[in-house]
Amino acid sequence: MAKVKGSIVVDIEKCKGCEVCVPACPTDVIRLAENVNGKGYHFAYMENPDNCTGCANCAIVCPDGVITVYRKKVNE
Amino acid sequence: MAENVINKDIVKEENLVYKKTDLLTDKPLSYCPGCGHGTAHRLVMEVIEELNAQDKTVGVAPVGCSVLAYEFMDIDMQQAAHGRAPALATALKRLNPENYIFTYQGDGDLAAIGTAETIHACNRGENITIIFVNNGIYGMTGGQMAPTTLPGMKSSTSPYGREVHSMGAPMKITELIAELPGTYYVTRQAVHTPAAARKAKKALKKAFENQKLKKGLSFVEIVSNCNSGWKMTPVQANQWMVDNMFPFYPLGDIKVPEE
Amino acid sequence: MKELRLMKGNEAIAEAAIRVGVDGYFGYPITPQSEVLEYLMLQKPEERTGMVVLQAESEVAAINMLYGGAGAGKMVMTSSSSPGISLKQEGITYMAGAELPGLILNVVRGGPGLGTIQPAQSDYFQAVKGGGHGDYRLIVLAPNSVQEMYDFVETGFDLAFKYRTPVMVLSDGAIGQMMEKVEVGEQKKRLTDAEVKERCPWATTGKDANRERNIITSLDLDPHQQEVFNHKLQAKYKEIEKNEVVLEEIQTEDAEYLFVAYGTSSRICQKSVQLARAKGLKVGLLRPITLFPFPTERLKELGKQVKGILSVEMSAGQMIEDIKLAVECNVPVEHFGRMGGIIPSPEEVVEALEQKLK
Repeated sequence: MAKVKGSIVVDIEKCKGCEVCVPACPTDVIRLAENVNGKGYHFAYMENPDNCTGCANCAIVCPDGVITVYRKKVNE
Repeated sequence: MAENVINKDIVKEENLVYKKTDLLTDKPLSYCPGCGHGTAHRLVMEVIEELNAQDKTVGVAPVGCSVLAYEFMDIDMQQAAHGRAPALATALKRLNPENYIFTYQGDGDLAAIGTAETIHACNRGENITIIFVNNGIYGMTGGQMAPTTLPGMKSSTSPYGREVHSMGAPMKITELIAELPGTYYVTRQAVHTPAAARKAKKALKKAFENQKLKKGLSFVEIVSNCNSGWKMTPVQANQWMVDNMFPFYPLGDIKVPEE
Repeated sequence: MKELRLMKGNEAIAEAAIRVGVDGYFGYPITPQSEVLEYLMLQKPEERTGMVVLQAESEVAAINMLYGGAGAGKMVMTSSSSPGISLKQEGITYMAGAELPGLILNVVRGGPGLGTIQPAQSDYFQAVKGGGHGDYRLIVLAPNSVQEMYDFVETGFDLAFKYRTPVMVLSDGAIGQMMEKVEVGEQKKRLTDAEVKERCPWATTGKDANRERNIITSLDLDPHQQEVFNHKLQAKYKEIEKNEVVLEEIQTEDAEYLFVAYGTSSRICQKSVQLARAKGLKVGLLRPITLFPFPTERLKELGKQVKGILSVEMSAGQMIEDIKLAVECNVPVEHFGRMGGIIPSPEEVVEALEQKLK
């Protein structure tokens, strides 16, 4: 059965750690990192990458446009 | 240490479903973390891109937090004096009627100092798009009371909360201009959730497409947050907006063209 | 063949706007200049040349329409009278700061405040020294006839685009309202979109793939960059002072006394020169036609030739300060003027000369 797998790539240095993407994710993929980027922000990253469906909800609400989204159909 | 987990099997050009539009420059946005301006900017530029209209579009930036919008939008832009954006846009459109012209204004700019320019551009039915970002506060100058600040809401110039009897009630300028015969499409949107942002983008697209119909002015209010001015985290600010701003400024179309 | 018309000054400037191919006029009624907008509306310039004419909701809106149109590289103009020009100062300084061309007509009336609707010259400081906030100048042209009201539209736009700066025509209620014979020029075509792009590669006409985006702004938050920009502006004004001074002299060759007057006052002074000479007083007249740039060099020379200078202005004495600076204390400089909308008589000008300088 075909399943959709997704992945996001965060532009870490431009992420301001606002956290708006976290509740926007329907599959609980994203968290803010414990460590910080060059500007001192706790950036977003995929804590649960296997759950990502590539729905792009996070990218759509990201005020800084730092999230790029990929999606692929995989056969299981 | 957290980092990007790149699944090379998925992260490939052919699997790309969403990336920041090329019509936004690579300059990091000057807005505070979580500010809705960034999302609103991106949606506007996505619409211009979808209309294939970069070479025909001229935007007008206001005075306020989005004064530097021209640094982020890769289109020709003019920066207006405080409140005067609709006057600039009027001339831009009348002198180049084939261009797409929009203003991007905040609540202080559009509903206080620029009230006359706003109302008269709307009343004349200028064939432009006005994008009105309402966060109930003057953000850039440090969180002062705006015409749209809610009753009882604290700001640096209403430190004990807005007292309606002495400071006036918040102005619903969007409902006001919807009454004018010159406005063709008037709507109120938000960009704080994926669903809201998708709806807002549809509204923005309609507003720009309306310019081709030459039937009047399209006005898109975006109720947004100001977590710095409201002194909350971005996520709290979005929730506060849902709980307090939306009841006073309900989302949805206010005036839609008759089909 | 010459085409002659009998017109008011305000009508002449409006007809000139159509004939030289102005793209847009944005106005607001105020006495004594409302005929400009009225004439344009009557003439249907949209049909004659495609020119846009719009009655704005205020002078503030009108000048900001100018900013928008000028930023798109268009030839745009507005007109008003003193209280309205005060309201326009915001937009004028933004235009200077964004280096935008445009033409602003001030048909001056008496002030301060609402003042009077009669002619005056009490807006000299405002026009010549800046008017709004920040370090900037306008090129200021001072017509003294209906013909010059007509001619200075084209002159003004040439200068405005040459230097990317707003230009003011500083007229007054007398020149605006009086009727004279005018020779009108041929109808010129408005610039095409391609011509606009060629003349104004900086204009917001829509970013195509061949160029970077164009931005019209007067903002630079970096103080060092802002200072660099200010130096650039000042260099431009120096260049204007070097190249663009225009003046008229009447009987200055043998003059022992000199009137300096512009606009309506200069017409009075022409008669005063005759009256004074009939009395045996060798008087000449210098009429600055550009008030900025001011004819400083020529006045400095004449200051060494004459025994006294009378600045004749319909004000409490504003231009006199520039005359004094020009002559560097080489010669006494006095002022004679009427205020509140009164035009001085030629006789009282001569009397003032005799009393103050002889």
